[in-house]
Amino acid sequence: MQELIHRAKSLLESGEVSRVLGWKKGENVFDVEPAFFATAEELENFVYNGFCGANLSKYMIEASTWEGKTLVFLKPCDTYSFNQLCKEHRIDREKAYIIGVGCKGKLKAEKLGAENILDVQGAGYPDCSDTLKVTTLYGEQEVAYKDAMLERCHVCKGKEHQVYDELIGESVDTCDADRFAEVAKIEAMSPEEKFAFFQAELSKCIRCNACRNVCPACSCRKCIFDSTKFDSNQKANTTSFEEKMFHIIRAFHVAGRCTDCGECSRVCPQGIPLHLFNRKFIKDINNLYGEYQAGVDIDAKAPLTSFRTDDAEPGVGRG
Amino acid sequence: MYRIAKANLNALYAAIAASKELYLPVRSAGKTNFAAWTEGAEVDLDTLKTVRSPKDAFFPQSENLYTCDRTDGKISITPEALQEKPFVVFGMKACDVRGVAVLDKVFLSEPVDSYYAARREKGIIVSLACSRPAVSCFCQTFGIDCAAPEGDVATWMAGEYLYWLPQSEKGEALTAELAALLEETDDAAVAEEKASIAAICDRLPLKGLSLENWGAAAADKNFDSPLWEQLYKPCLACGTCTFVCPTCQCYDIKDYSTGTGVQRFRCWDSCMYSDFTMMAHGNNRTSQLQRFRQRFMHKLAYFPANNDGMFSCVGCGRCVDKCPSHLNIVKVIKAFGKEGV
Repeated sequence: MQELIHRAKSLLESGEVSRVLGWKKGENVFDVEPAFFATAEELENFVYNGFCGANLSKYMIEASTWEGKTLVFLKPCDTYSFNQLCKEHRIDREKAYIIGVGCKGKLKAEKLGAENILDVQGAGYPDCSDTLKVTTLYGEQEVAYKDAMLERCHVCKGKEHQVYDELIGESVDTCDADRFAEVAKIEAMSPEEKFAFFQAELSKCIRCNACRNVCPACSCRKCIFDSTKFDSNQKANTTSFEEKMFHIIRAFHVAGRCTDCGECSRVCPQGIPLHLFNRKFIKDINNLYGEYQAGVDIDAKAPLTSFRTDDAEPGVGRG
Repeated sequence: MYRIAKANLNALYAAIAASKELYLPVRSAGKTNFAAWTEGAEVDLDTLKTVRSPKDAFFPQSENLYTCDRTDGKISITPEALQEKPFVVFGMKACDVRGVAVLDKVFLSEPVDSYYAARREKGIIVSLACSRPAVSCFCQTFGIDCAAPEGDVATWMAGEYLYWLPQSEKGEALTAELAALLEETDDAAVAEEKASIAAICDRLPLKGLSLENWGAAAADKNFDSPLWEQLYKPCLACGTCTFVCPTCQCYDIKDYSTGTGVQRFRCWDSCMYSDFTMMAHGNNRTSQLQRFRQRFMHKLAYFPANNDGMFSCVGCGRCVDKCPSHLNIVKVIKAFGKEGV
């Protein structure tokens, strides 16, 4: 972590970058917040640890409109989102100086019983340990690092950064599960079971829009769900159909562009596994149009925005 | 003081539900929220904080106000019926009960909100003391004692029993209806439980969180502070904090097309949203900094200025737990406390 701070300070001092986009210490080890740092003094509050799950790519949309370059710290999986946003001309590559930071999997405080945590030992970087020592109001406990990881880290896309100016720190590929196993499980359900599953999950939705607002693929200047010109502008679910509609429309809209960064599921206050919608689309796109991972190659033609005469046309019979 | 064996709680729920609607914490799809009790519902009194606060019981996220319909060239307007059936909200925590007192200030002052008033009249609050307060709790800052919750009936879980103390006329009446299930007992177990809770409260990291520099006087003083510029930056402009909050009371009124008419409903709104308080002339808060500032200034400065010093935060800590960017009212309170601006 000191190396990151040191490097950020020297880039600021040399004038190469005008500000730093990273993570800031909170009240506790796990409540780190995304933050912009303008001075070496402010960087004293910089932190990089196992709880820095927030994907900073989306903040670069706004930072791209500012004077000067922004130094941004990106984990391997965050770089897919950064690339995708470049591809969509939402961020300016020239406005970013990217330090690719090592990642050993990010933690979900909730899995450690967040509301009672006083301290966590072993989540610091670069020296995080396989076992976390958690001090809570009600005693101590030890939890395997792996068991406290975010869902997305169990299907890690690998330790390679897709875009960067320099790299600092080692990464670990934490993948230990099949990315599409959960999707396959749902595909195998009967229509009634599927309906019951999604009904139970989506009826928890409070329409807070956290999933949409954190999503790097949701970067429309004005979302249709915020526009007063349409009936879709509702802040509550008027009907049980509508609570599903919001999420299904969103999943369709980001299909082919979603990098599977997992931020939607990380931030959902109700723990709805929203990534499953996106993964279903990714799985189908892979099957129908060939393997495609959004955010790898910014010049590649995206499967849903290019046309080939031999394209699969699911649902359409060919004569 | 009365008590009932925990093993017998289902009978208590069934007895209440026989004549009233009953809302209580129910676990579903991995999360606990207040929901209507049904036979077989997974009642969860162990989870300290439901994701949503129980304010829905009095101020639902979405409710119809009236329906207009045009059939055969005739227009009819049907107002929504007011709550008539009595209902019980069981298991509300001390902070959430105080949250209702905050809502009362808004909805029961002139002009009285008839939908809310009807629910307050028909609603009976059975509160539950917090056996295990959490790190994110700071109700003490607002003078709330989570070991002795307000409410028509207060309850405590201790050992194998739920202890039950009526605290109002409504509470006495409910207790009388349930007399067959409740046995009289002394205060000893509850006194012990209260002492145990107090000992935990003393160890809470947010104990002693000071509201210095907040209150009515902060309305002018803190408005132009440069601190807002730093504090708001990571805000995603989502509505999580407002929608899990037991005191946020802003709502929007919307129309839903039924095909042959219009259903006019109101739903919670969030000051974090870009179209909040949108008017014909546009929006009076055009930046996220302004929207972010509004939320905290409302709770910590404007509300006390208009309500004899009462803050419209109750320290439940849900926003502390749930903000995707880990921003929260505690950080805001502390930032201004430190600066002393």
